[in-house]
Amino acid sequence: MHLAYPATLAVLLFCVGLYGVLARRNAILVLMAVELMLNAVNLNLVTFDVWLRDTLHAGQALTLFTIAIAAAEIGIGLAIVLLVYRNRGSSDVDRLRDLKERDDAQAGAQAGAEAGVRGAGSRDGKSLAPATDNDADGGSDQARQGSSDAGRRPA
Amino acid sequence: MSPATTALAHAEPLQHPHSLQHLSSLQPLAAGHPGFLSPTGVEIIFLLVGLVTLGAAVVTVVTRQLVHAALWLVVALGGVAVEYLLLTAEFIAWVQVLIYVGSVVVLILFGLMLTRAPIGRSPDADSGNRWVALVVSLAAAGTLVTVVVDAFRATWIDLEQPVGPGEGSSEVTGMALFRHWVLPFEALSVLLLAALVGAIVLSRRQQAARAGTGGSGAPGKAGGN
Repeated sequence: MHLAYPATLAVLLFCVGLYGVLARRNAILVLMAVELMLNAVNLNLVTFDVWLRDTLHAGQALTLFTIAIAAAEIGIGLAIVLLVYRNRGSSDVDRLRDLKERDDAQAGAQAGAEAGVRGAGSRDGKSLAPATDNDADGGSDQARQGSSDAGRRPA
Repeated sequence: MSPATTALAHAEPLQHPHSLQHLSSLQPLAAGHPGFLSPTGVEIIFLLVGLVTLGAAVVTVVTRQLVHAALWLVVALGGVAVEYLLLTAEFIAWVQVLIYVGSVVVLILFGLMLTRAPIGRSPDADSGNRWVALVVSLAAAGTLVTVVVDAFRATWIDLEQPVGPGEGSSEVTGMALFRHWVLPFEALSVLLLAALVGAIVLSRRQQAARAGTGGSGAPGKAGGN
């Protein structure tokens, strides 16, 4: 078999995964695209292992390690995504803008408004959240805790 | 491949101490492969399965139905497993089926359900920078395909196995794994344990901490809630 076939397939899979990582908005879809990129790397490793006939079988051993690390990565990644969804009500990656630099006055006003919105108990709406400050988060935590526990059981 | 070069490939011992010597000994084989216009049966099957895999991957990243994306991912990962089989890496193929198709996709489906993914078409599945992403990935694909095809145009993988267990069988892989790769293997088990503990810690709710504070003060923010 020509080496060009599996190498080209791996390159194209990697680029499809690259497009998915850059273009998707839902965090779980981004994780799926990351899996595609990891599979492209695995295909390359297996191909070159078969071509070189390595006596240590480095390619296939590293492929097994990569698969195991990918399994660990998807577990941790999904746990983080679920945590973000539980806290923010959304798992869209471009709405998580806490670390964006803003003016202080604007941030304070926005945070106050959001604390009010959250205190009113509309946790499931998509109106939650593009940006929250730490203080606003604490306030909303208290408000949520005061209201009821049923509101924070989406998961 | 002509019988002379095949005999040459099989006559030399396959247990080289250094792979570089073997690489240099493979170079004369590269001249004797058939051209791209007369593909072998394995190559035809590889191309067809590769087209299916690539199409499933593209549908995975462009579809607007989230659950369908996960199911097309199954097709793509299964296609990659078939490619492993065609490359004589049998053990890797079954590990791929077991771990990726069996557990990773199930985890992703559970994640989609737990984040209340919409069942139908969701209009905001793609972000606004989709065209930038398309340009970047097309540029990367063009560059990489050019480089890879130009580099490996004349390289031939000899899939013929000598008598005995194949290169990718579980016997050979197990021997290599537990003879040369024991320490990384054990480190990987520690990593899996850490990932397990971390996932549990991340996803459990801190009911005990909340009960302890009694709702009087702000709950601890370090571990989330």
